[in-house]
Amino acid sequence: MRNLLRLILTNHFFLLFILFETVSLLLVFQNNNYHKAHAFNLSRNVSGYINSTIFSFRQYLDLHETNRRLLEENQALRNSLMSSYKLSIPLPSGVEFDSAWTQQYNFIAARVISNSVNKQNNFISIDKGSVHGVEPDMAVISDKGVAGIVTGVSDHYSTIIPLLNIDLRISSKLKNSGHFGSLHWDGKDPEIAILRDIPHHVTLHEGDTVVTSGYSSIFPEGIMIGNIVDFEIEGGNFYKISVNLSTDFRKFNYAYVIDNFFRKELLELEGAGGYD
Amino acid sequence: MINVLPRNILRIAVLVSIQVFMLNNIQFSGFVNPYFYVLFILLLPFETPGWLLLSLGFTMGLAIDIFSNTPGLHASATVFMSFLRPTVLNYLAPRDGYVPGTFPRIYYYGLKWFFKYSLILILAHHFFLFYIEVFRFSDFFQTFTRVILSSAFTIFLVVISQYFIYRK
Repeated sequence: MRNLLRLILTNHFFLLFILFETVSLLLVFQNNNYHKAHAFNLSRNVSGYINSTIFSFRQYLDLHETNRRLLEENQALRNSLMSSYKLSIPLPSGVEFDSAWTQQYNFIAARVISNSVNKQNNFISIDKGSVHGVEPDMAVISDKGVAGIVTGVSDHYSTIIPLLNIDLRISSKLKNSGHFGSLHWDGKDPEIAILRDIPHHVTLHEGDTVVTSGYSSIFPEGIMIGNIVDFEIEGGNFYKISVNLSTDFRKFNYAYVIDNFFRKELLELEGAGGYD
Repeated sequence: MINVLPRNILRIAVLVSIQVFMLNNIQFSGFVNPYFYVLFILLLPFETPGWLLLSLGFTMGLAIDIFSNTPGLHASATVFMSFLRPTVLNYLAPRDGYVPGTFPRIYYYGLKWFFKYSLILILAHHFFLFYIEVFRFSDFFQTFTRVILSSAFTIFLVVISQYFIYRK
């Protein structure tokens, strides 16, 4: 027993090193799986508060640019409102036109309070949480296109895995031909993501639009992802396509979280059909 | 040195703020991410006992982790660097050892000594950090470039900071 104690005492530096290294590497690996991103739930509220203070100061500096973009977006939204359209077919009087429509998607606007683009596993925090109706696995878009997926939610803040995270894959398709593939970021350039699984017989052009496929029940169909900048055939049968992301993650101040009201129904149906 | 404790607490606060609010937002094409906070471990007194050195490294890394949403990543790299520090100090020791009451700084031991000292430890820290972050060897040389460029920038900042703050 005394010998053991002496052994521990003489090697305490090395043993302590092993202990600390084990603890911190455990933290890393536990967090590697992005569904466990909420391990930092407790500190998120504290660091979220500090980050939001710093960010509100930084936002002040590019208020002008942000306002201009918000204005542009509001204009686009107004243009797509039902009231901006005229009914081309005459309906008999007394017919309720909008009762045929039911709301599928709800948008929750949020402010980005911390953001990074220079790591392999980037994270974004926003200032809306479960109190505002945000839940894990909801889609997040910017005013220009797809941004990411919600992973961790606390009362007033949530963390998002953005497209700029090597763990995230998004089901996407070519807008003009409808062929679908899987899009992910390769960890190099924060403006470029890679689209795979498009068969080689499809004719591609630079500048073709890539949108979400809507197969995943997270993203609605047809949300802008980006434009093709470069493509090559890889492994004989499939293209490897470089897509220029339409969302500029370096200038990402406002986000919209999308709540799909039919998602639960769809998941239950797919679960019942045996497609786990 | 009576004011070692308050001085180091202040140093932690300043370095964490600089790292989190300024350097984490520097984006040169995703290749250069300086991690200036390692300066804290570099400047600890020679007499710091081993267990304290490792604990401080762990605390400092965890503080950075909390703010950059990377639990454990910086902590592991900083603990690794703290572990190497006594060995590196031994290896670089002048012929008659370190004079009591002095600190590992350019002012006491010269630019050449300090440069070698920080070069070894910062390279070790950055190698550990970037390869744990990527956690695969498939893009070995891309990660390697990131390590070298980031280390060069961190060493530059560390050496420059010595002339700015500790002029005497």
